[in-house]
Amino acid sequence: MKTSVFLGALTVAGIVAGGAAAATMDEVKARGKLNCGVTTGLVGFAAPDSNGNWEGFDVDVCRAVAAAVLGDPQAVEFVPTTGKTRFTALASGEIDMLARNTTWTFSRDVDLKFTFVGVNYYDGQGFMVPKDLGVSSATELDGATVCIQTGTTTELNLADYFRSNNISYEPVPIETNAEAQQQYLAGACDVYTTDASGLAATRATFEAPGDHVLLPEIVSKEPLGPLVRHGDNEWGDVVRWTLNALITAEELGVTSANIADMSAAPGNNPEINRLLGTEGTLGEMLGLSADWAKNAIAAGGNYGEVFEKNIGEATPIGLSRGLNAQWTDGGLLYSPPFR
Amino acid sequence: MSDTQSHNVAFVRETFLPESAPPSTATGPVKWIKDNLFATWANGLLTVAALYLIFLVLSSTMPWIFAGIWNAESLAACREVLDGVSGACFAVLTERWNQLLFGFTYPTDQYWRPTLAFVLLFVAMAPVLFFDLPRKLLIFTGLYPFLAFWLIWGGTILAPLLALAGVVVGYLVYDRLVKNSFAAGFFGGIVAAFVVWYIGGFLISDTANENAMLQAVPSRDLGGFMLNMMLGITCVSLSVPLGIALALGRQSNLPLIKGICVVFIEFIRGVPLITLLFVANVMLAYFFPPGSGVDLFIRVVIMITIFSAAYIAEVIRGGLAALPKGQYEAGDSLGLDYAQSMRLIILPQALKISIPGIVNIAVGLFKDTTLVSVISMFDIVGMIRGPILASTDWNGVYWELFMFASVLFFVVCYGISQYSQWLERRLATDHR
Amino acid sequence: MTTLTDPPKQGSFQPMMLLNDTRYRSITFQVIALILLILAIWFLGSNLATNLAAAGLNISYDFLGNPAGYDINQTLIPYTSQSTNLQAAFVGILNTLLVAFLACITATVFGVLAGVLRLSKNWLVSKVMSVYVEIFRNIPVLIWILIIFTIMTASMPTAKSYLGETPDNGLIAGLFAFTNRGVNAPAPIWGEGSMVVVAVFIASIIGIFAYRKYAKKLLFDTGRLLPTGWPTLAILILPTLIAFFVMGQPIGLDAPDPLANRFNLRGGIQIGAPLIAIWFALSIYTGAFIAENVRAGIQAVSKGQTEAAAALGLRPGRIMNLVVLPQALRVIIPPLISQYLNITKNSSLAILVGYADITATLGGITLNQTGRAIECVLLLMLFYLVISLTISAFMNVYNNRMKLKER
Repeated sequence: MKTSVFLGALTVAGIVAGGAAAATMDEVKARGKLNCGVTTGLVGFAAPDSNGNWEGFDVDVCRAVAAAVLGDPQAVEFVPTTGKTRFTALASGEIDMLARNTTWTFSRDVDLKFTFVGVNYYDGQGFMVPKDLGVSSATELDGATVCIQTGTTTELNLADYFRSNNISYEPVPIETNAEAQQQYLAGACDVYTTDASGLAATRATFEAPGDHVLLPEIVSKEPLGPLVRHGDNEWGDVVRWTLNALITAEELGVTSANIADMSAAPGNNPEINRLLGTEGTLGEMLGLSADWAKNAIAAGGNYGEVFEKNIGEATPIGLSRGLNAQWTDGGLLYSPPFR
Repeated sequence: MSDTQSHNVAFVRETFLPESAPPSTATGPVKWIKDNLFATWANGLLTVAALYLIFLVLSSTMPWIFAGIWNAESLAACREVLDGVSGACFAVLTERWNQLLFGFTYPTDQYWRPTLAFVLLFVAMAPVLFFDLPRKLLIFTGLYPFLAFWLIWGGTILAPLLALAGVVVGYLVYDRLVKNSFAAGFFGGIVAAFVVWYIGGFLISDTANENAMLQAVPSRDLGGFMLNMMLGITCVSLSVPLGIALALGRQSNLPLIKGICVVFIEFIRGVPLITLLFVANVMLAYFFPPGSGVDLFIRVVIMITIFSAAYIAEVIRGGLAALPKGQYEAGDSLGLDYAQSMRLIILPQALKISIPGIVNIAVGLFKDTTLVSVISMFDIVGMIRGPILASTDWNGVYWELFMFASVLFFVVCYGISQYSQWLERRLATDHR
Repeated sequence: MTTLTDPPKQGSFQPMMLLNDTRYRSITFQVIALILLILAIWFLGSNLATNLAAAGLNISYDFLGNPAGYDINQTLIPYTSQSTNLQAAFVGILNTLLVAFLACITATVFGVLAGVLRLSKNWLVSKVMSVYVEIFRNIPVLIWILIIFTIMTASMPTAKSYLGETPDNGLIAGLFAFTNRGVNAPAPIWGEGSMVVVAVFIASIIGIFAYRKYAKKLLFDTGRLLPTGWPTLAILILPTLIAFFVMGQPIGLDAPDPLANRFNLRGGIQIGAPLIAIWFALSIYTGAFIAENVRAGIQAVSKGQTEAAAALGLRPGRIMNLVVLPQALRVIIPPLISQYLNITKNSSLAILVGYADITATLGGITLNQTGRAIECVLLLMLFYLVISLTISAFMNVYNNRMKLKER
């Protein structure tokens, strides 16, 4: 009856303030669904398709966590949040985790009391300009009108960058990506700035993507990652290690294609065995079943598969791995060992 | 006499000549045009200006609309068909029709439920809107909220039945106690209803929803124009009683109650709805018991309801103030107590005066439900600005979508205001 | 003489008397209300405390003193990204007041025009105005704002078309440029002696009032009617013009320069497109409502008044000015002021077009960046409340003044 609006309202009237909130994992298990906060729509990261199914890079992280905890990657309730509401939604318990390309910053971690469990995408803020403007570097942008998508750290990075380079600009803050794009294409701003991944995703939807260039400057570090509330470390561990499981799986060559065979017939690699639960008791330590990581990886594939499926070079968004390659390939992805 | 006359006068017309037609400049369309369009020089200039304006608007929109494409997969496909001709791409409406009306997460095979609820809405509203219809229909109106709830949200039928049972029990208790005193009846009824709901809550098992006749739909999955309609109807119908209570409270001579009502009304009326929605979205969650998880829909309904209640209270207060003092004194002199005189004498008249104002507020409120798109709810504007414009297929289709939303709102709001004018004429019992 | 109610028996107090006895009932109800109120506040407060403690948060307004860190495109007071959040909020407050003020003026103009024209004898014009009023009244302001912003962005020329040696668009009169980024207008350059010109201008405005007062006095005393129209214009323009040339044209114009920057016109005054969009949208939307008020006000003046005035031999213009309008204004002004309130409140939607009003600064970027949702929303509500109550207070003063004149 929990979803019933009527009884929900009654609960409000009836229940007196109880003790501290129950552990998130118990709540999720009792509910049978994971409430996962995502964006209101950013193609490639989290957006509903024409049938209303959410898909994207962040969405697959949510699905992996749901698969690890509940064994069912579909047992996710996606809660669209705006830049304004995401933190309250998480702090007030409306959502269990936030996977909304949110930048890991000091103040969000320390002041707002959120735990970033890791980084699922290393991003940075970039600039997009029309090719015929003839601009080849962000330092040439003196006096330009800049469209900013609000609600991220974008405004602050932009102000910092232009101030430190001592150049002036006219900021035009815009709420949604679609509207910013409209402004940019109509020439109401010279430059569109947001995370480089977002720029690539946006450019991919243009009629003539070739007419626009991304400037070489990346003016900020934007480690984007899923986050949970402070104070519930068990739940934080679950989300953290689910993400790590996806990354480790890619490193170890475990894919959604071969995972069934690998777990059915354990090989000689002890770390793979520990990861897939055929050896050791890692799942039990987390309070999950032994095959938690297997479920998580089977949900959407390992990190590399998720990347390629949603934002990789074969997709319209066409992002290369870059910083998001495994450490063995010169990237920054480095999962702690499963041991 | 006639004889002499016939001799003296050379010619007498015996019959009237048929009236000759007025000159062509003083009759028919020419006269009408002269009187109504070119009465004076200034008027003529205005007419020309207006004609030019109409021409501008029509010449820029009509070709675009008539060249519209109704069948295409995406904007790119649309542009291909149009082949450089300026034309609308209405295909987005046909392709995303269901999303615009129902949001993107409502189960596709269940669309008949809100549609049915919408059709039944007219049946339920009819006896309220038109007094000539048989009064028995009001029974259906009373049942409608529970039926609509069940249709839209689905799940077990026990929940709305329980709600209904609570209301019925509450009414019975009220009916019984009201003979003693209105206050006892009123509060007794409320308490009885809550007792029924509380006890009933234990009777419905937690798993009742899983094998229910209608698939349960969480309120997060509501969207599109349906969400606007639901918010509008729910909040208006909830806020009328609340507004009456606030208005009476504000007119009351109990200083404390009056104070509370004044502060409440002035506070709500002093802030924009958008800040109240921010409260619903980012603050209200902190004010509920931990873990109660009241969903966003309810929080928004609460805030919009108190918002419109404050405005309706002011309208009704106007109605109360407009009643001649004699009406109040008449009630007192008949020996009626406060509750009786309000119920039997004052409120029926005051509400009648207030109806146009209340309808105005309702129209305004219905339009304001679009503001929920700012707080990440996917009403029709939210659907347009969010999933549809963000999708790769329809990125860049603005006019068609905004036009569609505008037409929907215009039809509903214009309809309501026309009804209100009809009602005003109907209720005008004074002869001016 | 008997009364219907028995006199209450002294000394025998029964609990039911608390509900039924009119002497105690009001107190009972108030006590119940007070208890309920306290319970509600306690319930909400304790929940808040519990929830905040559980999340490890606190209520603190310290963030207001920290640097805001973001830039704002249109500011009335000096502001940089190093200014504090509080200063950002002030920028927002001033921007809100600015757009509300501008929109109130233009909405009144639109509304009065449309309201009067709707009563026009010209069939076509009155129909066009009805269509305007109905279309704008029945479609949400949010949709209008989005539509108007989109129209402006899509239909105005780009700033680029004004730039360079051989621009596609020349500046209008060499001074103005209308782009989809806003309007560029020339700014005055105050040279030496310009203060004299300004002083003369102010003096001539005072002169106009003096002249009008004198004309009125003359009319009342002797019945002689002095013309007011062209002398007003003459007094307004001539002395200033003379002063301007006598002082050697001290005030120059700083026209927008198409060559100074490769992205934007530089120089002069720039009014950003977001401001214009929200300003225009609010004006034309609210104008439709004001038109209805104006129409109702004029129609509320009974026909006999017009006829009586006509019988006295007044000309139509004077009938309007001296008889109809003063009476109609009484009906028009109270709803007009609540429309002004609505404009102020609806200006919070400026966030949709990227205009930096208080909702966009304090309730937008500051809230996003600091995550201090409760504090920001509370401050935001407080601001709007103060504005609304101030306007309401003016309205009450006005209403009371009007009331006194009633006979």
